[in-house]
Amino acid sequence: MTAFNRRTLLKTAAAGAALGLAPAYIRGASAADAIQIAGIHDASGGIDIYGRPMINCLTLAVEELNARGGVLGREIALKNYDPQSNMQLYTQYATEAATKQKAAVAFGGVISASREAMRPALRRYRVPYFYSLLYEGGVCDRNVFCMGSTPAQTLQKFTPFAMKRFNAKTIYVLAADYNYGQITAKWIKKFATENGGDVAQADFFPLDVNDFGPTIRKIQAAKPDMIMSVLVGAAHNSFYRQWVASGMKDKIPMASTTFGIGNEQALTSPEEHDGIIVSYAYFDGIQTPENLDFITRYKARFGAKADAVTEGAAMTYHAVNLWAEAAKKAGSVERDKVIAALETGLSFTGPAGKTTIDAATHHDTLDVYIAEVKGGAYHVLESFPQQTPADTAAVCDLTKNPNETKQFVIDVKV
Amino acid sequence: MDYAIIVLLQVVVTIANLALISAGLAVIFGMMRIINMAHGEFLMLGGYAALVSHQAGLNLWLSIFVVAPLVVGLVGAVIERLVIRRLYGRMIDTMLATWGVSLALVGLITVIFGNTVAGVSPPLGSLEIGAYAIGRYELLVAGVSALLFAAGWWVLARTPVGLIARAAMQNRDMAAALGVDPARVYAATFVTGAAISGLAGALIAPIAGVAPTIGAAYIAKTFITVISGGAAILAGTLSAAGLLGAVNAAFSFLTGPVLGEVALLACAVLLLRLLPQGVTGRFFRRSL
Amino acid sequence: MTVSLRSALGFAAIAAAAFYALVVVPQGGDLTTMINGSIYASYAILALSLALIWGYGGVLSFGQAAFFGLAGYVYAVAGLNLGDTALAALIAVASAAAFAALLGYFMFWGRVSDVYLGVITLTVSLILYRFINQTAGEEWTIGAAPLGGFNGIPSTPIMTALGKPDETLMPEQIYALSVGALVVCYLICRLVIATRFGRAVVAIRENPVRAELLGYDTRFYKLGIFTLGGAIAGVGGVAFANSVFVSPTMFNLQTNGQVIIWVIVGGLGTLAGPVIGCFAMLSLSTWLGSLDGGGWTDPNLVMGVVLTFCVVALRKGLLPTALGLGERLFAVARERMGAPKLGEPRAAEDRP
Repeated sequence: MTAFNRRTLLKTAAAGAALGLAPAYIRGASAADAIQIAGIHDASGGIDIYGRPMINCLTLAVEELNARGGVLGREIALKNYDPQSNMQLYTQYATEAATKQKAAVAFGGVISASREAMRPALRRYRVPYFYSLLYEGGVCDRNVFCMGSTPAQTLQKFTPFAMKRFNAKTIYVLAADYNYGQITAKWIKKFATENGGDVAQADFFPLDVNDFGPTIRKIQAAKPDMIMSVLVGAAHNSFYRQWVASGMKDKIPMASTTFGIGNEQALTSPEEHDGIIVSYAYFDGIQTPENLDFITRYKARFGAKADAVTEGAAMTYHAVNLWAEAAKKAGSVERDKVIAALETGLSFTGPAGKTTIDAATHHDTLDVYIAEVKGGAYHVLESFPQQTPADTAAVCDLTKNPNETKQFVIDVKV
Repeated sequence: MDYAIIVLLQVVVTIANLALISAGLAVIFGMMRIINMAHGEFLMLGGYAALVSHQAGLNLWLSIFVVAPLVVGLVGAVIERLVIRRLYGRMIDTMLATWGVSLALVGLITVIFGNTVAGVSPPLGSLEIGAYAIGRYELLVAGVSALLFAAGWWVLARTPVGLIARAAMQNRDMAAALGVDPARVYAATFVTGAAISGLAGALIAPIAGVAPTIGAAYIAKTFITVISGGAAILAGTLSAAGLLGAVNAAFSFLTGPVLGEVALLACAVLLLRLLPQGVTGRFFRRSL
Repeated sequence: MTVSLRSALGFAAIAAAAFYALVVVPQGGDLTTMINGSIYASYAILALSLALIWGYGGVLSFGQAAFFGLAGYVYAVAGLNLGDTALAALIAVASAAAFAALLGYFMFWGRVSDVYLGVITLTVSLILYRFINQTAGEEWTIGAAPLGGFNGIPSTPIMTALGKPDETLMPEQIYALSVGALVVCYLICRLVIATRFGRAVVAIRENPVRAELLGYDTRFYKLGIFTLGGAIAGVGGVAFANSVFVSPTMFNLQTNGQVIIWVIVGGLGTLAGPVIGCFAMLSLSTWLGSLDGGGWTDPNLVMGVVLTFCVVALRKGLLPTALGLGERLFAVARERMGAPKLGEPRAAEDRP
């Protein structure tokens, strides 16, 4: 990777010289004057399945910006940190990125705990921070921009869609046992009851559970009409396998709010995942010219066998470009100016369609898709353009309270 | 009625699983008084060996029953040669060294295969009992586990190899005086233990999936099972697995997987407080 | 080198290290170093607690992190509810000690020993881990403090200045506090070992039967040192809660394993060694993660190889090996200079 960076650097410098640009530009392309940015994602350890495609997209976005001459005529120097799925290292690297590397902006964080580990440090040292994974919603902090979808954006449409498609009244929820799973389970219950159904039971599993035998027997006894899986991580993947092995696949249909964010479709066989429906703000199967072109560039850079682009990865790509747009608009990479520029309702149209920053919540308005998994690929069934972050908006208004810094636990009224 | 049968089957499967994944560790601990902290990674390597050779086109059963034990046995031989052999008689040191080996194996597999590999679905389909169903493959694994323990008993109790092994285990110096080379016996034991772990890892891979870090999910459980069992390899592991597995499955049914695991751990603590030498320190003392 | 010279040199080295950490480092004003430093110092206190009970008391606890995590959580919950962080810290350390006393009573009076003791402590730590890990639901809220499950408690209160509850300490001050606590804990350990009680503990480690025949109630002494170890681990937990925030990882298998690794790498049977081992291994891990290596290597691989190498090749750990080497060089130098040889160089203390 180092070699590649050096090569790009040389190329840009050579291009600059060839075009006869002012010497100031060439000096601008030197490492000392480059704009430092930090990427902090798990590239190893138990939750790296989410981190890897995000790192790829961050790298691609930066390289593309540099190939176009950088931002404000300055090269962007990206430093990737690998917290090894260890929350304490997130705090350390966030501080290091802010104080030692002097990063102008930070991208990263995978699970919610990692975001919460970095947020205070980055706020204290005034480094704007983009978090790109879908999550439970509620973060209200002027220093942070949350790019991923939140439950109100996806589940509000997805729950009734799934109930109708599967002709289901009772839902059995299997969720990962942490904030995201707990809160998502509540949203599912809310939307299910609103649409005349009910949640039969919600079971929660710590991230390292990989034996679902007793649970599958319990489901067989409960006989729900459909399963909603909110399972997270590599260990939980074995549920889909055990589900099929118990002969349940064709008996009870399944929808999921998480299947695919970690490229689960590549890790399970078609007979395990065919027919599962999911809903995100991005699928690599979206047939827009922007996305087709993006996928071609991604494959050209990382090879055909690279991790497929997930919502978190696509949103990382959007995040970098939104930040670059804001810096251009502000004419500076200084924190306050960039944030002010982003708050003007800046938008970027890219692989995931149009994403617009919402000034009040620092979340974004985005397109949401529902897709079916088939043969390891996603086939979009329906799309819902421009969904607003209504859940966070119910508790957070940064235009009124710019000094708010907490993550609200949104009170889901069932 | 159907429900009772399916629950009973699930309990049996849980117990057999626990006994199966603990077997390799039990052989090495029982014979050599070495706690192999890389045991979880041996299981993981078995899973990888089976999956990779299956994906390369080999028959699934061959991959599980032949390739996995061979590969992991070979890895065990290398580790025995490089690390374990230098540390005989230093229980804590071997534990830490194998911990290092465990980390290194996780790292090595991650570098080679990345953090995630596609799994295979369990073959054989499912067995229907009334409105319920259980995977036939899970039952097969339970059967293999029973066979493995029966074979282990037969080897230890009825063959000359078993006699030598038991002699070296009970009194190393006396065995050496009678012409048995303890170093060779220990090396053979370690390789056998590793091969059994490889087989166990391969057998559970279609159910549990593989990932470089999956060993960590097993090590605490197996470690606690083997120690709770006490000195006798077979009877100890079986009785501890029977007790802990039943408690685990029962609580998982009644509450959820978390309390199932907590119940297993709490039960082990009580067991060790009441029987400080493990189950076979008190009962079945003359068993194998 | 005589024993007294050795210990005088040792004290001088400790004093110099403490001076460097508390006076020189803050002068540089590098915040990254200081934040890393406060995390390392809190882990080092945990390593110190195991160094005491294992290296001197002969009690191998595989679950030392149980006290570390427990104190962290008690501190966070008490701090959020009481508002007085100093009181919360006291309660936290006291509860870690009480829990250690309880567990110690359960084990030592049951005559659980050896590896079985290790399994019980590890299991207790894992039970705490499992329990805390499943508290993400909102029913798990103690007063003003949600336990938070897997995510931990990101709102863990930071210590405030004494008597000024609105003035939270800056990272520099937390750093000074953590390193200060480490130095104080170290001195306490040294003091305890020098007392009659400490000598009896070491005697029991050396030969429990002999000590018992001489009339010592070994259970009582083991319980005493184990409780002290629990309290020290608790101090580490509070320091950690202030440096990062509390989360279930404080109790998990990796943390429990790491502590043992630090003690072994640094040198069992010494107090300073494990602290050095802790700093060395943590720095290595942090450095590996910031390499941006692009997959050519994996932090686990390097850590594993280092650990295996330390156990196989450096039998005694870093500090004793370095000391032994230093003494040999010292002896050789003296011989070269023709000075009379004052007896054989004393081998570094053997491992129990």
